[in-house]
Amino acid sequence: MATNTLTRTPGRRLAAPDPAARPQRPGRVKHIVGRVALYTALIVASAALLLPFYWMLMSSLKTNNEVFTVPIRWWPETEVWSNYLNIWRQSDMTTWLRNTLFLSVVITFLQVLTGSFAAYGFSKVRFPGRNALFLGYIATIAVPWQSYMIPQFVLMSKVHLHNTLWAMVVLQAFGAFGVFLMKQYYESIPEELSEAARIDGLSEYGIWWRIMVPLSIPAVASLALLTFVNTWNDFLGPLIYLRDPEIRTIQLGLRTFISQYNAEYALIFTGSVISVLPIAIIFMLGQRFFIEGIATTGLKG
Amino acid sequence: MATMVEAPPPTTRVGRGQRSLTWRNTLHGWSFIAPNFIGFALITMVPIGYLFYVAFTKWSFGRARWVGFDNFERLFNDQRFYTALRNTVYYVVGHVPLTFVVALGLAILLNRRLRGVAFFRTAAFFPYITSIVALAYVWNALFSPDFGPINAFLRFIGIDNPPGWTTDPNWSMPAVILVGTWRDMGYYMLLFLAGLQTIPSQLYEAATVDGASAWQRFWHVTLPGLRHTTFFVLVIMTINSFKVFDLILVLTDGGPGISTLVLSHYIYMKGFEENDPGYAGAVSIALFFIVLSVTLIQYYVNKRGSQ
Repeated sequence: MATNTLTRTPGRRLAAPDPAARPQRPGRVKHIVGRVALYTALIVASAALLLPFYWMLMSSLKTNNEVFTVPIRWWPETEVWSNYLNIWRQSDMTTWLRNTLFLSVVITFLQVLTGSFAAYGFSKVRFPGRNALFLGYIATIAVPWQSYMIPQFVLMSKVHLHNTLWAMVVLQAFGAFGVFLMKQYYESIPEELSEAARIDGLSEYGIWWRIMVPLSIPAVASLALLTFVNTWNDFLGPLIYLRDPEIRTIQLGLRTFISQYNAEYALIFTGSVISVLPIAIIFMLGQRFFIEGIATTGLKG
Repeated sequence: MATMVEAPPPTTRVGRGQRSLTWRNTLHGWSFIAPNFIGFALITMVPIGYLFYVAFTKWSFGRARWVGFDNFERLFNDQRFYTALRNTVYYVVGHVPLTFVVALGLAILLNRRLRGVAFFRTAAFFPYITSIVALAYVWNALFSPDFGPINAFLRFIGIDNPPGWTTDPNWSMPAVILVGTWRDMGYYMLLFLAGLQTIPSQLYEAATVDGASAWQRFWHVTLPGLRHTTFFVLVIMTINSFKVFDLILVLTDGGPGISTLVLSHYIYMKGFEENDPGYAGAVSIALFFIVLSVTLIQYYVNKRGSQ
């Protein structure tokens, strides 16, 4: 897998605008200057990129009056930690988090299960019509969801699934993305392995469970993390399908909180931090899998 | 599990021949695919098909009535539709090249052995995985014309009349484009990084030996080496830009006025706020065919280019 090398990049071979990177004697000073310039550029760029997060964190510790002051205060006068207590009292944060966690876990589980199962059928079992079927999957990835969200909603309300958490589950658990990602990975596993298992008398389901699943743990991790984060962050699905307050997810809840308490600046920032924090932690822990997952699906698309 | 190992079907493999093997494989293949496929077909393929019925109907009290091309006639005379279409194209034309250049630049800059390179990659990618609802609120605060740090900075460097960003109809779309690029570039950077890994380093060494400058190496080695990645990134980026929605909904809600109203948002307004699924279906079909034809054109251009 080419993607595995992402984290240990072979350095010098790149053409990038850094001609001094080559170890030539007269270029020594130029080399150092180039390095310093590069680092300065990178540090400034990442400071700009991360500014919104810093702003959010800092504002969540301010008082309402202090959030928008001129000149800008880059750190609160006294940190108002009580914001992090008040938010639970003033909003239904607990309900939102519970709903979101429920959806994220159930959807991730189903997506990984059905995705890897189907991927086995597409990559390891040969049968007529297989490629045509897979093409159908791929083609629909290119169709924007926004163009069929209306008929989808009409159909969902016909079977009375709208305005339930199950609407979100069926909406997101059977994505083509998971099939695609797992199939890419399964195809890198040598055919001989499943052939040998077949000769030894293992059934197809046995091969999937005892050989493919254990071997594809990195891909399963990638898919699980990406699905979890997507579900956690989803706003449009809940906006359309979840009407009752008690089934709101964190994004939908935060959005209603923003419109209801639009003067509670500090609390809004506090809620924002809480909505982003779990994702930030998950991302920090499983960074490698995010990057590999995206690189795998991107590479051969 | 042990039972599975002990129960081999010895007869099928040896005796019955090709036909029964094919039959058996088909059965197995479908049984693997079915759980995902049934869900996928019901939730994606059926609605796509159903769209082509809904768009030809008018709804009242939950009942559909066939009205032929009425919705499309209305569409062609709808000024708001044209505004939404124009705004969508504005977003695509601004967002795609900007994100493309920034993502490629970042990828090239970060594709090297450098202390701390992992941190910079994370910083660039982090916006992509955080929720847009929270971050849109933050961005609105940053863009705030009088109190925001962005305009404070612009004033500091001597711009007396900084733009009103999301409060000014002329600047709202550029603001949306900037936030969109901020959010998406890390994702495309990863795709480019994966592509850069596939270019053999010997090519660069040979080019350097031949005396090629950094710019020439970029132009004659990096870009041709990234052909497939570039094509893929452009297609995905264009599709994603045409369907832009949640970003705008939470950042400007289509405003001020209708200066950032895009097609997806218009579909949502007609379908869910004005309860007119038939007309929303007609707008959906427009979006569907626009995305389809742009993708086909890109595919065609790419194919011709590689011949």
